[in-house]
Amino acid sequence: MPELTDRVITFSQAVNEALAEEMRRDKTVFIIGEDVAEAGTPFKVLSGLVEEFGTERVLDSPISESGFTGIGVGAAMTGMRPVVDIMFGDFMTISMDQIANQAAKIHYMSGGKLKVPLVVRTNLGASRRSAAQHSQSLHVWLSHIPGLQVALPSTPYDAKGLLKTAIREDNPVIIFEDKMMLQDKGNVPEEDYTIPFGVADIKREGSDITLIGTSSMVQVALEAADQLEQLNISAEVIDPRTIMPLDKKTLIDSAIKTSRVIVIDEGYDSYGVTAEIASVIAEGAFYHLEAPVKRIGAMDVPIPFSPVLEDLTVPNPAMVVEKAKTLFSGI
Amino acid sequence: MDNKDKNSVQQKPEEPIRPDKEHSRHIYRQMLTIRKFEENVNQLYTSAKMPGLSHLSIGQEAVAVGVCEALRSDDYITSTHRGHGHCLAKGAKTNLMFAELLGKASGYCRGKGGSMHIADQDSGNLGANAIVGGSAGIATGAALSAKMRGTDQVAVCFFGDGALGQGIIYEVMNMASLWNLPVIYVCENNLYTEYTHYTETTAGDITARAKAFHIHAEEIAGQDIRQVYSTSVELVERARSGKGPSFLLCNTYRYFGHHVGDINRAYYRSKEEENEWKTNRDPLIIFAKWMTNNEITDESGIDLIESEVQSEIEDSVKFALDAPYPDPEEVNKHVYA
Repeated sequence: MPELTDRVITFSQAVNEALAEEMRRDKTVFIIGEDVAEAGTPFKVLSGLVEEFGTERVLDSPISESGFTGIGVGAAMTGMRPVVDIMFGDFMTISMDQIANQAAKIHYMSGGKLKVPLVVRTNLGASRRSAAQHSQSLHVWLSHIPGLQVALPSTPYDAKGLLKTAIREDNPVIIFEDKMMLQDKGNVPEEDYTIPFGVADIKREGSDITLIGTSSMVQVALEAADQLEQLNISAEVIDPRTIMPLDKKTLIDSAIKTSRVIVIDEGYDSYGVTAEIASVIAEGAFYHLEAPVKRIGAMDVPIPFSPVLEDLTVPNPAMVVEKAKTLFSGI
Repeated sequence: MDNKDKNSVQQKPEEPIRPDKEHSRHIYRQMLTIRKFEENVNQLYTSAKMPGLSHLSIGQEAVAVGVCEALRSDDYITSTHRGHGHCLAKGAKTNLMFAELLGKASGYCRGKGGSMHIADQDSGNLGANAIVGGSAGIATGAALSAKMRGTDQVAVCFFGDGALGQGIIYEVMNMASLWNLPVIYVCENNLYTEYTHYTETTAGDITARAKAFHIHAEEIAGQDIRQVYSTSVELVERARSGKGPSFLLCNTYRYFGHHVGDINRAYYRSKEEENEWKTNRDPLIIFAKWMTNNEITDESGIDLIESEVQSEIEDSVKFALDAPYPDPEEVNKHVYA
């Protein structure tokens, strides 16, 4: 664990710093994707990297997600550590064969001989008024494929530490950042640190209810916890940080302690992360629960464009508070 | 030029590089090893000793051997569902191949990959691939990696005419050309995209597709190993010396069906056509004849190679049949490194 720091930077700067530090540390790390070099991506997360590392290590690709993801897989198998940039999480669908059929399975299919130390950086999250093909949160698709690891940083601190772990991993890792969090600020040490996968973080301790949130839904859970405090309900907020692997023990222990659980994730409600975590809690803490595990995900509709409609589809603190109230009698 | 002419074995105007005596015998042995390996695969399948199914490349041996003989052992290949020939030609051992096909623990992939997923990093084989066109990115990425690491390794991507329908082939050819990568795209046109003649699925001119990306392209008779080998030597040299990617279209033929269970093929091709290729364009017959005509070896020399290969294959089949299956606890090992 690094020293506490007063330094405050944005989520975007934390990602940039993690990449720069890893590229300085290890010559085999390189970035490939659309508009990653001089443009630094449309979100400017990679600004400055091409100036330091050159176009040999920050490769602007054609708009060919399947092709350059496959090139990343092949490079990873032969001694490099590529960071493939998929501009929008929605475009993961285009590269899915290379990730799900190739990267995920090569180590197993080769009997453990070949390794694919590949990182795919992409994003999730609605609310940018970007409509149905630029707003989805598809992280659960990847979590369903054995062989992949999926990280969902929720703070600048976690963004730097998880990305550095991802780059040093010998397995393919998909890291999803919420587009809406890129300008969020937080304390980030300048020094080198990593965050192990499969270790949840208790973002706030509480005793009456557990709110499990992922990615930007951690902030939603924290805001809900503040509001619940006004109702004399003490909420514990837990961030799994990686959903594959999933730190089941921390989630179950908290459920046993508080006896009530709400799971909040921006993926679709049906067959999603919330369903998986709810089943983990049900199996691990059933006899300690005072109420059924509740889930809040994105509404099961293509994300609409109109702000009035889009805002109805994304979980928010008020929804969490209302759901929490139903779990306590007399509120 | 009609299709038949395009697929006939014709002498190129210039005399191709002539493999020396020892190399010629090695080349013949490699082709014969693939032939006999796969004949035994078919036998194991039809006698219900092999699980699943298998795609035989019998008839296409000259492409696999001709290309791989032009490569170094640290060069890379990626292969296809019809990949036994590529794997053997790149240096895989027949006993460990058979063991893998039978799902045995001593197989190349500990029995977890099977016929369509043979991988052997020791011989530069990045894996056969059961997604048609699925390895094009991997081969191109290996070439990018070689360039970035500053080695002079070359990557070969084997694929069939069926993969010409997959978009990723063109995506990665575009990048290989843009970035001048040491990769060779070897298209084995065996005329049939599974059960459909390639002319029903493939518009225009195949090599023109590569040329559109300014990729150097050649079309050759894939049944003539000397043409395949000499052209491959040139293309490998191009790639190794920094002259960039190339595309090699090899016109060839598979004698068996799409897979071992594809027995009744009359609805998509005739017996006459099959017999024509087997009789007049067989890569082993053509090369054996060339060797005897040029006094590289005689009938008895060829018989000797035959008996040595036969004996190796028999030992390898026995090794694989006797080999133990994986322990049950293997099932969830190697999901993660």
